[in-house]
Amino acid sequence: MAEYWRWKEYNWHDENKDWRSGQLITAGVDVGSVSSQAVVMVDGELYSFSNMRTGSSSPESANAAMSWALENTGMTLDNIGFVIGTGYGRVNVPFSHKAITEIACHARGANFMYGPTVRTVLDMGGQDCKVIRCDDRGKVTAFAMNDKCAAGTGRGMEVFADLLAVPIEDVGALSLDVEVEPPPVSSTCVVFAKSEATGLLREGWPKSKVLAAYCSAMAHRIVTLLVQVGIEKDFAITGGIAKNIGVVKRLCNEIGIESLKTDYDTQIAGALGAALFGQNLLKKKLTQAEV
Amino acid sequence: MITAGIDMGSKTVKVVILKDDKIIGKAITLAGFEAREAVETAFAAALKDAGISKDDIKTIVATGAGKKNSPYADREITEVGAGSKGATHLYPGARTVIDVGAEEGRAIRCGEGGKVIDFALNEKCAAGAGAFTESMSRALEVPIQDLGELSLRSTQAIPMNAQCAVFAESEVVTLVHLKTPKEDIARAVHDAIASRIVSLARKVGFEPEVVLIGGVAYNVGFVDSLQRALETKVIIPENPEFIGAFGAALAAMED
Repeated sequence: MAEYWRWKEYNWHDENKDWRSGQLITAGVDVGSVSSQAVVMVDGELYSFSNMRTGSSSPESANAAMSWALENTGMTLDNIGFVIGTGYGRVNVPFSHKAITEIACHARGANFMYGPTVRTVLDMGGQDCKVIRCDDRGKVTAFAMNDKCAAGTGRGMEVFADLLAVPIEDVGALSLDVEVEPPPVSSTCVVFAKSEATGLLREGWPKSKVLAAYCSAMAHRIVTLLVQVGIEKDFAITGGIAKNIGVVKRLCNEIGIESLKTDYDTQIAGALGAALFGQNLLKKKLTQAEV
Repeated sequence: MITAGIDMGSKTVKVVILKDDKIIGKAITLAGFEAREAVETAFAAALKDAGISKDDIKTIVATGAGKKNSPYADREITEVGAGSKGATHLYPGARTVIDVGAEEGRAIRCGEGGKVIDFALNEKCAAGAGAFTESMSRALEVPIQDLGELSLRSTQAIPMNAQCAVFAESEVVTLVHLKTPKEDIARAVHDAIASRIVSLARKVGFEPEVVLIGGVAYNVGFVDSLQRALETKVIIPENPEFIGAFGAALAAMED
C-alpha cells in the first residue's frame, strides 16, 4: 500500500566547506514526536543536517539522525565540541552535553534562518503547534502551544494525505487548485473530520476542494492559537507544515500578515537553534579553559 | 395510543414504536451517508416488527445528531431530553444519566420525573466517544466486540499519555511494538475514555443512581473502567442503544 503521508527524508552537507579548518564545531539534535533532525554548525554556519522520521525509541532516533548528518563528511562525534538535545525526546539524546527546550531552540533557530527582525514564530510540528514571541536575539518572551489534539498538527495532515491518497508534499498546492474557496470542514476532531471528508467525497467534491476545506479549517484553528499570544511582525513559520502552501497562504490571509521566506529547510529550525546554543556554550567552555 | 421515536445518531439510526409505553417494535440500521434512507429502512423494519402500518402511529418524534433531517417526524427533542426521559422512565430513581454514543458523550443530572437539572456534552472530540475505542481496536488489531472482554483480563494498569484519538493510536502501536500485553493496552484505552466521561459527570455533579445508555454500554471493559473511575455501580438497561429513541417515543405520548 502506498504511504501518502510519508514525507521526504534526506541529509545534506556543504561540500565546499572544509570543517577541519573550523574552530567551533557544534551539533543540535531535535528528537520530535514525528520527525528527528540533527544539525552540525561550523564557525557559525550551517555545515550539515539530516531530517528523518522518529522511530519508536528516542535514543536510537537521535543516534540515527546524528550519524546520517555526519555521513560522507569524514567528521565523527569526537570532532564535535558541544552537542545539545532538544524536542520531545531531548533528555534521551545519549551523546548530548545538555538539553534545551524546543521552544527556546525554535526561537533561536528562526532568528538565524529568518534574521533578527522576527518577533513571532509559529512552529507547526508533527504532534504539536507552538506560537513563540521573541526578541531580536531570538530570546523567548511569550509562548502558547497545543500538544493535546491532532487538529492543527502535521499528524492530522498526514491522516488526510492518506485518506485522499495524495502525497503529503502535494497537499498544499492541490488545495489551492479551486475556483471558489469552499466552507471549512466543520469538525474540529481529526477523527470526525475524516468522516466528514468522506461524506464530501461521496457528494462528488474533487480532492482539491476537500483539501481546501481541510487546510482552511486547520489554518483557522492555528489562528486561534496565534491570537492568544498576539502576533507582532515580522512573522515566521517553522516546522513541517511551513512547507504546506495551502495552510500557510490561508493562515496569512486570515491574519493579514505575510510570513517571511527562507531557503533553509523549515523542519531543522529546532536542531539549528540547539546547535547555536551549543556554539555559545562551547565558546564559554573554551574561554574558561584558557583562564 | 401508538407513537414512535427516531434517534438519528451519527453512526446508527434507531426506531422504537410504543403502544401505551410498551415497546411493540424496534429496529436499528447503520446511518451511512444517506441518513434519510437509513431512517426509511429502520422505520419500515420497526413497523414490520410491530406488525402495524405507519397510519396507526399518532405522533412521531425525532432526536439525535441528525434529527433536523429526519423524515416522518412531527417534531424534534434534544438528545439530552430524550436520554433522560427514556432512562428515568425505566429507573425512576436515576439521578445521573450517562450516554456514550459513537461520536458523542453526555452526562445528565436529572430530578424527579426525569426533569433535566444540568448536563455536559462532548461532541467535538473523539477521545470521549465510541469512535475512540473503534480507532484503538484498529490499532490493536482486535475486533471492537472483543475489546471489552480482553481488557477485563488485564493484570496491570498502564498509563496512556495521549488524550487525542489520533495520537493515542500511535501510542498504542508503540506499546504493541514494545510487547506490552494487549489486555493491558485495552484496559488503558477504556480507562482513558472513562476518564473523559467522568470529567463530564463531575461537571454536572453526579449522584447515584447512575444509568448508562448508548451503544458503548455494551463494552464491558469500558463499563468496568467507568465504574472504577466513578467509584459507583452503574445500571445498564436492556438495549441501551435504544433508550434515546424510546425517550423520543415517550415524548410523543405527551402530545
